[in-house]
Amino acid sequence: MTDTPLLQARDLHVRFNAVRAVDGVSLDVQPGETLAIVGESGCGKTTLGRALAMLQKPSIGSISFAGTELTGLSARRLRAARRQLQMVFQDPYASLDPRQRVGDIVGEPLLIAGMAKAARQKKVAELLDMVGLGADMAMRFPREFSGGQRQRIGIARALAIEPKLIICDEPLSALDVSIQAQIVNLLIDLQRRFRLTYVFISHDLAVVRQMASRVAVMYLGRIVELAETEALFQAPRHPYTVALLSAVPTLAGTEGLVKEEILLTGDPPSPARVPLGCRFHTRCWLRKKLDDPSQCLASEPKAEGQGRHFAACHFADKVASVMRAPSLLRKSQGAA
Amino acid sequence: MTALDVATSDRIGVVHGLKRLWAFVRRNPALAVSLAFLLAVFLFALLSPFLPHDAYRQNVLARNAGPSLKNWLGTDELGRDVLARLAVGARVSLTVAVASTVIAVAIGVLVGTIAAYAGGFIDNVIMRFVDSMYAFPDTLFAILFAALVKGQLGGEASGLLAPLAEAYRLSGGLLGVLLTLGLTGWVTTSRLVRAQVLSLKHAEYVLACRLAGASDSFIIRKHLLPNTMPVILIAVTFVVPNAILLEAGLSFLGVGVDPPTPSWGTMIATGAQSLQSYPHLLVAPTLAIGLTLLALNVVGDALRDLLDPAVSASRGAAT
Repeated sequence: MTDTPLLQARDLHVRFNAVRAVDGVSLDVQPGETLAIVGESGCGKTTLGRALAMLQKPSIGSISFAGTELTGLSARRLRAARRQLQMVFQDPYASLDPRQRVGDIVGEPLLIAGMAKAARQKKVAELLDMVGLGADMAMRFPREFSGGQRQRIGIARALAIEPKLIICDEPLSALDVSIQAQIVNLLIDLQRRFRLTYVFISHDLAVVRQMASRVAVMYLGRIVELAETEALFQAPRHPYTVALLSAVPTLAGTEGLVKEEILLTGDPPSPARVPLGCRFHTRCWLRKKLDDPSQCLASEPKAEGQGRHFAACHFADKVASVMRAPSLLRKSQGAA
Repeated sequence: MTALDVATSDRIGVVHGLKRLWAFVRRNPALAVSLAFLLAVFLFALLSPFLPHDAYRQNVLARNAGPSLKNWLGTDELGRDVLARLAVGARVSLTVAVASTVIAVAIGVLVGTIAAYAGGFIDNVIMRFVDSMYAFPDTLFAILFAALVKGQLGGEASGLLAPLAEAYRLSGGLLGVLLTLGLTGWVTTSRLVRAQVLSLKHAEYVLACRLAGASDSFIIRKHLLPNTMPVILIAVTFVVPNAILLEAGLSFLGVGVDPPTPSWGTMIATGAQSLQSYPHLLVAPTLAIGLTLLALNVVGDALRDLLDPAVSASRGAAT
């Protein structure tokens, strides 16, 4: 996977007045992979997803998709340039127009692309079939469907104009667990069939582990760790990632490192007042265990890596050894 | 699914809708009476040419006569049949109400949609203008505007205004009232529509549509306007009664419909002059306006209940 990236973001910032929702994100999405973006509520995941699709204009930074720079394009040229970039949204109730029939919803991208009616109906039937809904559902209204079925409709719409990249913005968070599994399987199946690339925004680490090839961990508008999925789950290099992983109740296969729960104290700082130095220092458990090194407050760590594993922590190399030192893990007996 | 199936399912949908509407009307006796009354007023206005008396025919021998078998509501100061004039007046009132509402709501929807969709500076400029319109008492504003229109179009006009002045004369001043109410009555509508469009324009289905490559006009036509329809209907229930009331007020003050065209407002104006001697001249048009407005308000309330998402959602869940 060293092809030219399908989607490339460089130093992306999205600001709403003083609020820095996305604060300097750079990432590459390789064709065919699933890049997961995880983080707490309010860390800027959704804003980042929308910015990557240029639905939210970045304040600074550049985004290029399939070799075309998207920032600075006129509305008309942007429409053409990102045609093969589609989204699946979080809320299956808000993402379908209640006044449109399912067939019109799924066929709308085709209508916009100028496809004739007969061809459109045929294609809509195929799409509905593809996502596991009958072609005879086309005449119904969204209100007649359950959340999972609605999400399938949303996926069918995203697939309509044969995209290369689909940004999934927490597509499972509004669904029951049993339905979540079905949608995950559908997404994986579609990815294999159509060689799709996903940016998968989620806070569900179990699902991320199942789906993603790489994971980016976001904290306060910035990516603090980015690694291949197994590397990240087995050997996290950022204290925030460790805390996130430890918060997952039962996660088979995480026996490696994170055994006890690390509770982060306090709320995340407001994105309108990002802490100076390392943005995580106010809640960092590692900083306390290292007796408060001055670096953490003095300078913002750069995302530096070993190979393809990047972590923005001054003491990324110490994470593993600190985790292993039994004297430092007070609760480990109880948790294990 | 075949075309036939689709057609039947649509028909079933319509029948189902009508049944629900009928059930709703039956549960609300006030609504039923109001609808019946409005229908009667409408037929009354429509059938005015077939009434036994001519609304313009004077009879100086029977001036200011009280109600009788021949003239059910009596005659006015020129001996014209009050019932016939009330019918023609209903025509004027309803025409003004409907036509000026169409103009006002169209402007309101346009302005509100542009403000909300464009946002930022344009929104600010438009909405501050709307605020300043709002600051005027609308009756006062309408009077000023109507007087201006009457001054411009009522006399000899030349150039561009000439055809408008001709239309104004032919309509007996109706055009002036229409313009006045249409151009002043859109303010509330524009605010309601703006609020709705503002809440819809970031809806996820709008984002999906934009990603699919839709133009702004496509999004507005296919998503924003259809989903604003309930709000527009509610705006109509405010604007129509207001237009009837303002038309009466303008005509009462002499800047509305010109005599001899009867309107409920002019009839009240002349009736008020002889209130003590001939009260029937005032009672008839006043009751006509009062009851019509009451009926319109009852229907408007019911419509708002019916369109309220919370109310209809719970009803939908129950069925």
